[in-house]
Amino acid sequence: MTAALHLAYWQTTTIKVLVVMGVIPLGALVLAYVFLLKMMSHMQSRLGPMEAGPHGVLQLLADAGKFLQKEDVFPERADRAVFALAPVVVLMSAFLLYVVIPAGPRLTVSNLDTGVFFALAVSSLSVLGVLMAGWSSANKYSLIGALRAAGQLIAYELPLVLGVVGVVIQAGTMSLQGIVQAQAHGALLGFKTLGEPYILPQALGFVLFIVGAQAELTQTPFDMPLAETELVAGYMVEYTGFRFLFFFMAEFGTAFAFAAIGATLFLGGWYVPGVHGTAADVLGPFVLGAKIMLVSFFIFWFRFTYPRFREDQLQAVAWKYLIPLALVNILVTGLLKVVV
Amino acid sequence: MAELPGLIKGLGVTLRTMLRPAVTVQYPHEKETPPTRSRGVIALKEENCTVCMLCARSCPDWCIYIEGHKDKAPPRREGGKPRTIQLLDRFDIDYGLCMYCGICVEVCPFDALFWSPEYEYSEVSIAELLHDKERLGDWMKTVPEPLALEAGAEVKKGAKN
Amino acid sequence: MAVVTEFQKAAYVAGQAADARVNVEIEAEGMTLNIGPQHPATHGTLRIVVRLDGEQVVWAEPVCGYMHRGYEKLTEVRTYPQVTTLVNRIDWLGSFANEVPFILAAEKLMDVEAPPRAQWIRTALFELGRLANITLFLGDMGVQLGALTPVFYAFRDREHVLNLIEAATGGRFHPNYDRIGGLKEDLPKGWVTEVKSAMSRIRTFCDEMEDLLVGNEIFETRTRGIGLVPAAVGLEYGLSGANIRASGVDWDIRRDEDSPLAWKHCDWKVWTHPDGDCFARYWVRLQEVREATKIVEQLLDGLPSGPIQAKVPRIIKVPAGEAWVHTDNPLGEMGYYVVSKGGLGPFRTKIRTPSFSNISILPWLLRGVYVPDVITILASLYFILGDIDR
Ligand code: SF4
Ligand code: SF4
Repeated sequence: MTAALHLAYWQTTTIKVLVVMGVIPLGALVLAYVFLLKMMSHMQSRLGPMEAGPHGVLQLLADAGKFLQKEDVFPERADRAVFALAPVVVLMSAFLLYVVIPAGPRLTVSNLDTGVFFALAVSSLSVLGVLMAGWSSANKYSLIGALRAAGQLIAYELPLVLGVVGVVIQAGTMSLQGIVQAQAHGALLGFKTLGEPYILPQALGFVLFIVGAQAELTQTPFDMPLAETELVAGYMVEYTGFRFLFFFMAEFGTAFAFAAIGATLFLGGWYVPGVHGTAADVLGPFVLGAKIMLVSFFIFWFRFTYPRFREDQLQAVAWKYLIPLALVNILVTGLLKVVV
Repeated sequence: MAELPGLIKGLGVTLRTMLRPAVTVQYPHEKETPPTRSRGVIALKEENCTVCMLCARSCPDWCIYIEGHKDKAPPRREGGKPRTIQLLDRFDIDYGLCMYCGICVEVCPFDALFWSPEYEYSEVSIAELLHDKERLGDWMKTVPEPLALEAGAEVKKGAKN
Repeated sequence: MAVVTEFQKAAYVAGQAADARVNVEIEAEGMTLNIGPQHPATHGTLRIVVRLDGEQVVWAEPVCGYMHRGYEKLTEVRTYPQVTTLVNRIDWLGSFANEVPFILAAEKLMDVEAPPRAQWIRTALFELGRLANITLFLGDMGVQLGALTPVFYAFRDREHVLNLIEAATGGRFHPNYDRIGGLKEDLPKGWVTEVKSAMSRIRTFCDEMEDLLVGNEIFETRTRGIGLVPAAVGLEYGLSGANIRASGVDWDIRRDEDSPLAWKHCDWKVWTHPDGDCFARYWVRLQEVREATKIVEQLLDGLPSGPIQAKVPRIIKVPAGEAWVHTDNPLGEMGYYVVSKGGLGPFRTKIRTPSFSNISILPWLLRGVYVPDVITILASLYFILGDIDR
């Protein structure tokens, strides 16, 4: 450890908080621009926004400006305090996710020993915000949307967690940093130099993770809580202005975080073969960023291609297919771990 | 699962589309030309109009407003009687009401009305959609020649199409 | 004090009762959800009041009339040439198909028949109207199920059809191209070749939809077995067009009845599907689009030459009488019952629009389904608001 700087605890903490506060809107912005505005448009043979800045890069900033100017409207019969708080809760859950994601050997907000489970636990915090939003809006569409969201997130938490368990067993640690190290030092079929991204041995786990993440993010094919053609926009119906912006940011911030977790667990995180020490600290964030984009590409690709399930079908998929598959995955991984 | 192929085919469609150029026309910068026959805006050839009011009467929503007066014109032949002609005082079409049916153009017996495919005349205020006879006359510049007809069409004698 | 008559009282009570029936919300019996009139799934202003128990529909009632424009009444104060431009606006997506039956009814009353070339062009444009209409359905169904992409493909490829309609008639959505005894003018040069290329594009679009939606397992789980309409029930409610053909009833007015239009000269097939569910309705429409492209191509290949307008007086007066003409429009059976008293315009017109009958089955069909299926069923029955409320 060649720590050139010795900062007081409060100083490092402030820096970390500021970085996370900066990364979330930035990540959300990048994802929303690259995938929502551009990739989706091109998949639908359109161009998407083109006027604000070159190829419309500033479009989201313009939108954010518009949202900020809007009046903060409360529905007449809304529970004002809860209504106001809900977007903050959702956004907070997105923020907390970033705490454990390592972007380099030493670039992590907090290297918790139970990092994986911390991440999955705080991600379900957003359900609370969603329920609050749905209930307090005094709108039937919001309520149905929120209840669906709750049911769905609970159902999909399980395959998500169980899908990750395989990785945890193989790495032998729950710390995300530790999992990256394990992948870096792993040997795939005897090749030591390249490390062992767990997407190969844990392909099934990866699929489960992506499906679960898709559901957690309430993205098509699992977007019934929003379902703009039936519930108009589910729990977000009544939100306007900056509160809506919060939801929007949380949505893409969480997508970014999930892609980051996916990249960390299955693609080796910040690790590139042959880079170690401080160089990895510098390169790490970029490598991680590239891997995040790759994972997000898949997440959004599915989102723009598939229709959505019905709520009960979604539950059936979770309980009948995903969870048994995840259990089998755990069993096989565990057996191999013991045997090999 | 045996059901994967259908899901994957769909992904293929979207991916292929993404790699193909988009079809968007960036409107104010590039424009599509509407077909020649498009009913965009009605042009008035004032000298042909005889204030017969046929168009105003057959318009389904009565959005043509015509006023005219009689006048004397010099005789056609030397020594003849002066002719009585009708002159237009007012010829307005309210595009806020017009439903672009084309009946007025069709019924006009003197070929005074024409369709032009021009479409960019939106206004901020609805009242300005009332085009008076000068404005309608200006559209005459944009009226295209009638198109040649598809093979097998009956060839008409005479000018009227 | 204001004097309230018995009649006013009764009217007030009746009004209150009607409101109460629709708006009352007794939690013990579940929740009343008001879908529409402003709701993305109703693509227009249809209102559906559903009583829910959880997410299950206990009863449902469509409320239409938000867009009633009174076309039947309006035709009474319009002349015959003016009516075509009105009826264009009934089913605004396949508008050319709206004017054809009316013109045929008027021609029947006047006992004139348009020359063959006009009939063939009419039929071709009729089928182009069907394409413009149903391609949008094929994409829109995806949106209603949450897949955003198909509808953009639909808009992209429908554009070619609309351009063709505009190139021939001058109007994208409101062609107003039919005249009693013929057509407004002949086709422009080069049109036929353009149609050919557009038709192959539409067929590619159908293949894409097959890959993107029909073959998609999620789409299948969402549509198979949902919204089952047995043939007998469908016939009782007066379903028509693709909706009834999807229930296995092999009935197509284009083929089964003799009409002056040119379908009888083409070689095409009426598709049916035995299932009667949402999937079947989608599938039948998809095949119908393919058939329509074939019909158009055959018609244009064999286009007879000659005049396009029969001899009719300049001022059209229709002799007294009554005529009923119906055709198989994109949405189903559409017909006009025209009563003439010998004037410049119809004395009375009854317009039978397919969507109105198609949605009348909703209370029966929606009972017991889940909220998302309400949307699927609405989408698959495929109505156009202008066609319901006219
Ligand atoms: S196009 Fe039709 S509505 Fe418009 S002015 Fe002419 S007759 Fe009237
Ligand atoms: S029908 Fe023609 S000539 Fe008669 S008033 Fe109208 S524009 Fe003038």
